[in-house]
Amino acid sequence: MSIDQSTAAKVAKLARIKVEEEALPALANEFNTILGFIEQLNEVDVDGVEPMTSVTPQRLKRRVDEVTDGNQQDKILTNAPDAREGFFAVPKVVE
Amino acid sequence: MTDLNKLTLSEARDALRKGDTTSVELTEACLKAIDGAGVLNAFVHHTPEIALERAKAADARIKADDAPAMCGLPIGIKDLFCTKGVDSQAASGILEGFKPEYESTVSQQLQDAGAVMLGKLNMDEFAMGSSNETSVYGNAVSPWQREGDSTQLTPGGSSGGSAAAVAADLCLAATGTDTGGSIRQPAAFTGITGIKPTYGRCSRWGVVAFASSLDQAGPMTKSVRDAAMMLEAMCGHDPKDSTSADLPVPNFEAMLTGDIKGKTIGIPKEYRMDGMPAEIEKLWSEGAEMLRAAGATIVDISLPHTKYALPAYYVIAPAEASSNLARYDGVRYGQRSPLDAGDGITEMYEKTRAAGFGPEVQRRVMIGTYVLSAGFYDAYYNRARKVRTLIKRDFEEVFAQGIDAILTPATPSSAFGLGEMIDADPVQMYLNDVFTVTVNLAGLPGISVPAGLDSKGLPLGLQLIGRPWEEGDLLNTAYALEEAAGFVAKPGQWW
Repeated sequence: MSIDQSTAAKVAKLARIKVEEEALPALANEFNTILGFIEQLNEVDVDGVEPMTSVTPQRLKRRVDEVTDGNQQDKILTNAPDAREGFFAVPKVVE
Repeated sequence: MTDLNKLTLSEARDALRKGDTTSVELTEACLKAIDGAGVLNAFVHHTPEIALERAKAADARIKADDAPAMCGLPIGIKDLFCTKGVDSQAASGILEGFKPEYESTVSQQLQDAGAVMLGKLNMDEFAMGSSNETSVYGNAVSPWQREGDSTQLTPGGSSGGSAAAVAADLCLAATGTDTGGSIRQPAAFTGITGIKPTYGRCSRWGVVAFASSLDQAGPMTKSVRDAAMMLEAMCGHDPKDSTSADLPVPNFEAMLTGDIKGKTIGIPKEYRMDGMPAEIEKLWSEGAEMLRAAGATIVDISLPHTKYALPAYYVIAPAEASSNLARYDGVRYGQRSPLDAGDGITEMYEKTRAAGFGPEVQRRVMIGTYVLSAGFYDAYYNRARKVRTLIKRDFEEVFAQGIDAILTPATPSSAFGLGEMIDADPVQMYLNDVFTVTVNLAGLPGISVPAGLDSKGLPLGLQLIGRPWEEGDLLNTAYALEEAAGFVAKPGQWW
């Protein structure tokens, strides 16, 4: 499988990373090098093998479904690049 | 006492308890060493006020005979750990200025055990790298140099600042994290000890996530005893990390008897790579011989899927990273790029992430996005997860045959020069983790022990891999190896 420039542009878009037009050929090349390396996995017979979901056979613990913290709006907003009136502020999303 | 910063954790602990020194003196010695080692670029956020305040509190506790295990011992914290009120930016531009309102569980436990934080340590950006060259702070520099050659070398990565700081005696020990080898490879490059515990031993809460199914924290120390001591303080169940194991934490240090009679050590043939330097091969057989002389039985074993570990890792880790790093969007924390007139929220995301992430992080996020995208999910991601099952099965089978630990080289070479890999393709850099990455994929504990010097005078490490949850036994085997190898070399001080 080979990645062309338009696929590289599509991946950048999906990842929400702006890549300039002129950087796309080099990026596509790097992807192809890495994916070429990954292609080795096709040599492995994985018929009937379960994909791993948890590396240690542990059951996730359960807890009572109740609120354990909260009321820290100011702390949550402390590091925001733009916070106004108790909210995160972003460019207009809905017209 | 002179050169207090050169003490090991256990030596300093004993000296503190005997009243031979104080935590304030130890801390001041480290702060002075840090001030004189700016060129190593190991400490990137300095917290001397916090350090001295905690040192004073520790001295009071020691005086009152109320000293917990790590009381008064000055350590460094990798920048990946969130530390309350102290810059924590995972060596990334996107988190510049981020000061968490909370403390990671591991650093909190160390603080509760009385440890003194000296500052935050350099690393590869979001722990993605093997040479500490992807850091927004610039390269961390190894205190080691080749004989008669002043080329600056990498301390390894991603925990490069931690490795450089411990090897240069800027702190008594440091925290690291390991997703594919990021504790063990830098430990091997700098002649120190580093252990990655079993997945689930240490809480990941408050540690900036790279690949959640692989990430584990661990100590980087000057001796195996120190690793045992510090690991115990870092481990334990945490309700805030659902994957942290609710298992008792043994007294690891008490398990260091050095007696490994009757243990069976496996030597996996697949780790004998083409083009492996003869020196590494030699060190590996010498290591096996040392363990045999100490009473262990050495057995050849096979881990047939070893070759596929690195390609599987470079699907799984970027896939998880692309998901974990989606949170850096310029809304809740960190940096947001300036917007042009008419830019909407998509432009805000795209510009923020292009400016805030370095090239390696961008590359991995995009590879991860690709392997998870519609049409490729099965071909790449699911296949890699199946291969991961097979890699883990390889280990389970040898452990079922009675193998107690596995001995391998830690790295395929000694440390290389900073900038030497700049023209190599990304895959060449990834090969650094060829011996360590299997351990993360299988969730096992692995430790790197310094075992010798190469012909250029640079440290080489050996790796021991243990059974899940048996860090105590693994540390004891490492202790026997450490005693037999007798590695005492230190870098000459050029900085």
